[in-house]
Amino acid sequence: MSINKSIPHDSGIAHVSGTARYTDDHPLPANAVHLAFGLSQNAHADLTSVDLSAVRAAAGVIAVLTADDLPFENDVSPSIHDEELLSSGSVHYVGQPIFLVVASTHLAARKAARLAKVIYAEKPALITIDDALNVGSTFGNPMEFRNGDPETALKSAPRQISGAIEIGGQEHFYLEGQAAFALPDEGDIIVHSSTQHPTEIQHKVAAALGLPYNAVRVETRRMGGGFGGKESQGNALAVACAVVAHQLQRPAKMRYDRDDDMIITGKRHEFRIKYQAGFDDNGKLTAVVFEHFVRCGWALDLSHPVADRAMLHADNAYYLPNASIVSHRLRTNTQSNTAYRGFGGPQGMMGIERVLDHIAHDLGLDPLKVRKANLYQTGGKQETPYYMEVTDSISAELVDKLAETSDYVARRAEIAQYNANSPVLKRGIALTPVKFGISFTLTHLNQAGALVHVYADGSVHLNHGGTEMGQGLNTKVAQVAAHVFGLSVSAVKITATDTGKVPNTSATAASSGTDLNGMACKAACETIRDRLVEFAAEHWNVAADTISFDTGKVRVGNTVLTFKELAAEAYQSRIQLSATGFYKTPKIQWDRMAGRGRPFLYFSYGAAVSEVVIDTLTGENRILRTDILHDVGRSLNPALDRGQIEGGYVQGAGWLTMEELVWNDKGSLLSHAPSTYKIPSCSDTPEIFNVALWDGDNFEHTIYRSKAVGEPPFPLGISVFMALSDAISSCGKEYVALDAPATSERILRAGDKLRGDAW
Amino acid sequence: MGDIRFLLNGQPMVLENPDPTLTVLDWLREAKHLTGTKEGCNEGDCGACSVSLAAMEDGRLVHRAVNSCILFLPHLHGKSLTTVEGISPNGKLHPVQQAMVEHHGSQCGFCTPGIVMSLYAAHREGRQDHNDVLAGNLCRCTGYVPIQRAAEAAAKQPQPEFFDEAAALQNLTLTNDAIDGAYLPTDLDDFANWYVKNPNATLIAGATEVGLEVTKALKDLTNLAFLNRLDALKTIANDDNGIRIGAGVTLSQLRSAMVGKHTDFVEMLRRFGSVQVRNTGTIGGNIANGSPIADSPPALIAMGASITLRRGDKQREILLEDFYLSYGVQDRQPGEFVESLFIPNQPDTVGIYKISKRFDQDISAVCGGFSITIENDKITNSIIAFGGMAATSKRAKTVEAALNGQPWSEATIKAAMQKFADDFTPLSDVRGTADYRLKIVQNLLWRYWLARNGTSANVLAEVAK
Repeated sequence: MSINKSIPHDSGIAHVSGTARYTDDHPLPANAVHLAFGLSQNAHADLTSVDLSAVRAAAGVIAVLTADDLPFENDVSPSIHDEELLSSGSVHYVGQPIFLVVASTHLAARKAARLAKVIYAEKPALITIDDALNVGSTFGNPMEFRNGDPETALKSAPRQISGAIEIGGQEHFYLEGQAAFALPDEGDIIVHSSTQHPTEIQHKVAAALGLPYNAVRVETRRMGGGFGGKESQGNALAVACAVVAHQLQRPAKMRYDRDDDMIITGKRHEFRIKYQAGFDDNGKLTAVVFEHFVRCGWALDLSHPVADRAMLHADNAYYLPNASIVSHRLRTNTQSNTAYRGFGGPQGMMGIERVLDHIAHDLGLDPLKVRKANLYQTGGKQETPYYMEVTDSISAELVDKLAETSDYVARRAEIAQYNANSPVLKRGIALTPVKFGISFTLTHLNQAGALVHVYADGSVHLNHGGTEMGQGLNTKVAQVAAHVFGLSVSAVKITATDTGKVPNTSATAASSGTDLNGMACKAACETIRDRLVEFAAEHWNVAADTISFDTGKVRVGNTVLTFKELAAEAYQSRIQLSATGFYKTPKIQWDRMAGRGRPFLYFSYGAAVSEVVIDTLTGENRILRTDILHDVGRSLNPALDRGQIEGGYVQGAGWLTMEELVWNDKGSLLSHAPSTYKIPSCSDTPEIFNVALWDGDNFEHTIYRSKAVGEPPFPLGISVFMALSDAISSCGKEYVALDAPATSERILRAGDKLRGDAW
Repeated sequence: MGDIRFLLNGQPMVLENPDPTLTVLDWLREAKHLTGTKEGCNEGDCGACSVSLAAMEDGRLVHRAVNSCILFLPHLHGKSLTTVEGISPNGKLHPVQQAMVEHHGSQCGFCTPGIVMSLYAAHREGRQDHNDVLAGNLCRCTGYVPIQRAAEAAAKQPQPEFFDEAAALQNLTLTNDAIDGAYLPTDLDDFANWYVKNPNATLIAGATEVGLEVTKALKDLTNLAFLNRLDALKTIANDDNGIRIGAGVTLSQLRSAMVGKHTDFVEMLRRFGSVQVRNTGTIGGNIANGSPIADSPPALIAMGASITLRRGDKQREILLEDFYLSYGVQDRQPGEFVESLFIPNQPDTVGIYKISKRFDQDISAVCGGFSITIENDKITNSIIAFGGMAATSKRAKTVEAALNGQPWSEATIKAAMQKFADDFTPLSDVRGTADYRLKIVQNLLWRYWLARNGTSANVLAEVAK
């Protein structure tokens, strides 16, 4: 058995030895050139003149390209062709590429890129949500999902609350910055890119070079972190490299310096959520109206599906009997916000978690009681606001079990006692659940392919359409292949994702990697195994059902031979030992304009309890203890799943606490380096961190009944935010109404406001 | 004109006149094709480029993790550099590597070589303070938990056999004290005279600040002097009146020297930068740089510290607070340098507070200290100084005046808290608004009052059940 086992990451030894090769680590031929973009210093302007003479004259510069030098499409957008590789005359945010420097070294390119003399004809720049709202700057009309009669239900509700919450964006801060290189290949082009979406890189490069897709091959062995930030944001570098490599017929490499990376690339969408809710005296919801204001940035990128997913998670784990969710997609002169782990889902969940926290305050109840009163029923037929029946909910049992194992009730009482006796430090605790929908909401993306070879020596070569960004996808898919053949995982060679091996792939995104590629791999392996069985049955003259594969051996009736021996025999008998596999997710259909259907095959569930302490003199705060119970179905690899849960939680907590993006009023990002943008560090992890996996199969026929795990744990970090809100609430009687991120400053300010000392 | 000699993973290296501002990281990756060491931020904040640098300190070989992205080749002169490629001789994983694999400590793997090297240096030194050891290594995937488990497991494993690094270092014969474009002095008098003649030279100690001039501001620096070989600047001497610390003492060494003397100062130094930054950054650099957000000057001012400035063979001693004249301007003559720092003896009642968005490795929103002398329940003297509140590290003299001569009472403290607005008009920036800064310095006086009365409150001291 190679599944359901805590096998280390396939590259673990290579990681710790420094031999795992990332895009920038590849040795290139000596004539390789290095690229850097010249960036706009203005948030919104027409380019009056761009004087590049000093750039061209700088040491080491080989060529400088502008939009006029691009032979075919000047576009790197993943959606509606609204994102130029190089500006053709106007700029829309600080950091937009205007020109491309080709130089002998990375440093020479960076130095030269700063020497341009650009004259801008400034236009009004929209930086904030309010800026965009004031002038009605949007991408399209508002969207609405609607179920029941929320307005009437709101009016007739026994009690009502209303309010708003600001939810900041988030920088991905993948440790490996964006990088790509391109190699000219007899008129064709080979691109290596640190990307979650090799096929899209292939398409954008082909369009930029005027080539058919079959002339472009894209390879990705691994990324040093992605988190959604490499779903579309690598397009610009790959296309730039390809254009230069094609024009100069020299290898071309580009990587962003960290500050450039943070200034150029998109981030998690910032949201403002306005809410009104009606409820009874037990806190049970009777009506909810949400309005989402989504800061998309200057270009569309993936903002529509991100904002859609926020709407699709406006209910989180709760039944909303009468609901309206309206979403406004705002266009601003800032980085074009993009995919980021959870893809809008976490922001949507923040809305309903805020509502329930607010209701609990209004009723003077423990927020957990209010949350439990509203969870989707187990085995029920309750519908989401988008008319999908939630039939697989385990939230009620899961929350109860976690409350018990974390000793929630007793600790809540102890915290109240502690706070009564502690004038400066205050503690808080909160339990929040997660229900995360699994499948791409763009239905056609829910497909995957795999290519498996068994060589005549019995070694297995595995390839599939997913990309490895650290999540352990390759390890899990190799476990599947090993399981089908009854081999150890070490017998399966994992190979780089390659558009020449598996075509027409989807991005490795939406937590779908293992679900899709694992199934495709299984199909390919089973095709080969079936051929081997058929061959062996005939060759040894036994019934097919007497043949089994286990621990590297194959039992054929009473004969036992090694897998290697069987492969050699099969080859001699001219049996095809290579196969492709394909998978498409069943049962899903979705009409996004109507807001109706079944966009998800299933939901992943989880819950977290966080306990925090705050200093009411400074706002300093810490997570003291975390307990998580999370549903990964029948885990393919408990260690890797646990890693996703722990890492997702900490990343989610960072988003809502210390990670603060700050722009000045001219649209320059001030938090553009790790010195000014703080992600959690080692000591920020909770001192006590209990993580348990829910024991149960996926109800759906997923790969060995496992569940997706990439994104679902991320919103567990919401429990930290709600615990901070709980801690602050001991400062006074009013509702805290905390905004995110809850930095020390926001916490201090909120506490002082409750104490009647607003500043 | 000269060369740089050092050990790279045990092998002697001789580099003839290398570019003196070529970073160790770029040299490793581009010249040596040792790509295990990664560039994550190129400014010393993420630790992906961490390597181990070993040298003799007080007769003992000491291994220290450093950020290779902001370290220049001349820094290596006479030292032993170890990268991730060099810690598993004979192909057997080092205990920290083995533990990282077994505890699933890597996901994307990009931060991993740096984590491994920080843990390696700590393992060589027998350190168990894993969270501090790793404060300068960011990981975005794991949430650190498996890395902490790996660190704990590895710490229990014995040192593997290594080659005799100390002997190999002794075999390095260093003859020259200069390469093209950079002076690498070993004699303080020689350097002092040279600097009088080269007053516009850029002095480089740990390069934790100057490094960014090269990697981020993309400046071409010329006429450099590397101070890290001046042993005379690395002395620490206790006398009856206090402790004198050479300007070339690193912040790591300073912290060790201050243990048992000033609890809060040592705690502040624990959170100053990261292990990697403290291992190269010097106290002289932090003082002389004159940054209004430097952490050590306000604390040292509160402690009544003075500095000795030297020009040629002339020395003068001034109070540290008098060194800072205005933004970017210090009381330092051309050709003059900070030679040493003196911290007078005093009771351990100085309260030093560092407030930042993140506890570890973060530039403070405000940092400073309170030194209040109480005799017979009356305040006889007070020094209050903060960084992050003005164009320089600055004393809050109006607040001090409101305290001095007053009874040590809640009423005095509450009244004095209101006076900070008369002393400081802070700015708003990415680390906090002006209102926030003013509010917390006021509240920190209250925190100090509570602490002096035995009711200190600190979230870092809180323990979960």
